[in-house]
Amino acid sequence: MTSPTHRAIEAVWRIESARVVAGLARIVRDVGLAEELAQDALVAALEQWPESGVPRNPGAWLMAIGKRRAIDHLRRNQRFERRLEELGRELEADGAQAQPDVDAALDGEIQDDLLRLVFTACHPVLSTDARVAMTLRVLGGLTTEEIARAFLVPEPTVAQRIVRAKRTLAEARVPFEVPQGAEAAQRLSSVLEVIYLVFNEGYSATAGDDWMRPALCEEALRLGRVLAELMPSAPEVHGLVALMEIQASRSAARTGPAGEPVLLLDQDRSRGDQLLIHRGLAALARAEALGGALGPYALQAAIAACHARARTAEETDWPRIAALYEALAELAPSPVVELNRAVALGMAFGPASGLELVDQLTSEPSLKAYHLLPSVRGDLLARLGRHDEARAEFERAASLTRNARERALLLERAASYRTGR
Amino acid sequence: MRFLMVHRVDETKPDAYDPGPEVYAGVARLTGEMARAGVLLAAEGVLPSSTGAQVKFSGGKRTVIDGPFAEAKEVIGGFALLQVRSREEAIEWAGRFAEVLGDVEVEVRQVAER
Repeated sequence: MTSPTHRAIEAVWRIESARVVAGLARIVRDVGLAEELAQDALVAALEQWPESGVPRNPGAWLMAIGKRRAIDHLRRNQRFERRLEELGRELEADGAQAQPDVDAALDGEIQDDLLRLVFTACHPVLSTDARVAMTLRVLGGLTTEEIARAFLVPEPTVAQRIVRAKRTLAEARVPFEVPQGAEAAQRLSSVLEVIYLVFNEGYSATAGDDWMRPALCEEALRLGRVLAELMPSAPEVHGLVALMEIQASRSAARTGPAGEPVLLLDQDRSRGDQLLIHRGLAALARAEALGGALGPYALQAAIAACHARARTAEETDWPRIAALYEALAELAPSPVVELNRAVALGMAFGPASGLELVDQLTSEPSLKAYHLLPSVRGDLLARLGRHDEARAEFERAASLTRNARERALLLERAASYRTGR
Repeated sequence: MRFLMVHRVDETKPDAYDPGPEVYAGVARLTGEMARAGVLLAAEGVLPSSTGAQVKFSGGKRTVIDGPFAEAKEVIGGFALLQVRSREEAIEWAGRFAEVLGDVEVEVRQVAER
């Protein structure tokens, strides 16, 4: 499977597979079956292309084989007779196409099918793990092995997840369609959640990890960009793309030469990826231009954009960041968001105003073991000259973190407030 | 991974910068396809070398030679920057690009990252 021809065929597959699966799913109304038919088409390509060469329009070739397999399948199931007739007409029509406007119409149709595929793969009837696996499988064209390597789970686990997901979708008779009306917003947030989860899994990869892990970031970005093309008037889609582009722009700057984490404000801004920053800011502008209040992803992107726009840490627009966190806390209330808002308030209006909010959070049960709470509190106390209290907070933070490097850093800070000051 | 695709044109050909509506339509269709596939980061065509210049720094001195680049057989005609998952995928897109441009060479180079 690793000859140059096979690798070339795999590359074509990566480019074409989602559209082939989507087109077939519209015909057979079953995403699981469509994916298997598409796999049959891939097998046929692997058999024939090494001899015949890659056809000029490989996507159409794969689709034609898939459709033929679909017909065979439907013939065996007589209750699909009407679909079979429709399909026969469709195949005839395919033969007659060539005009550019027909191409354009087909493109539009394929885009519609792709969007249906996105929503089906991320359907709430599936568990989050299953949605992720299905999305990477049918939209990313990733193999089971690649998904398993990326998520550090055994291959049979992923294989089983996909088999079960396909069965669940079929049994629940999940319609192959784009949700409308009341459920549309919630279904979209399920899609965005899956993409962002894939991104974060890749973003949390560390040096020495299998290269498939950081590759998840790029795959999530790609899926986000694909979705932005499919839903150009959905502001939150652009918001998510903006957030991921800006976060990805910091990949190089967020670790030091020895692989140690570098905090946002200490990062070397010249190491930021200017192209991704530019793309991220453009995506955010698109989200904002579509009007209405910003959603949670767009708000987080707007916060990331404040950091990206500042040429130095000192130039950061902290009052705006504090206001954006306030808006985010209203939409998606969470103690962690409040803690971030406290940091921004402390930077914008002085340590006392940050501390006021942090003190309200100390009784929050979900932050009990969260090392950043004492770490932030310690920082604010130190800036207020309350060094003994600051030291105690840094020591507490050090005892809570599981990251050895971070612990060393926190203990160092604690020690600096020990005696002489 | 990112790949740079650069195509070169023979400026002595009259249609080097005006290949006609069919090519324009083909390029537009392909770049649209690249964008919908989520792989296109940037793509631009450039003007004739007569509007450009070659800038050198040598022996402590800067020299600017205005275009056209008469001695060059082929000059850069445009570029695209793609984010793809493999070298083979970059080559596949480059092949499609060369096909719509017709009779050009597309150089594919991986971008150094990190």
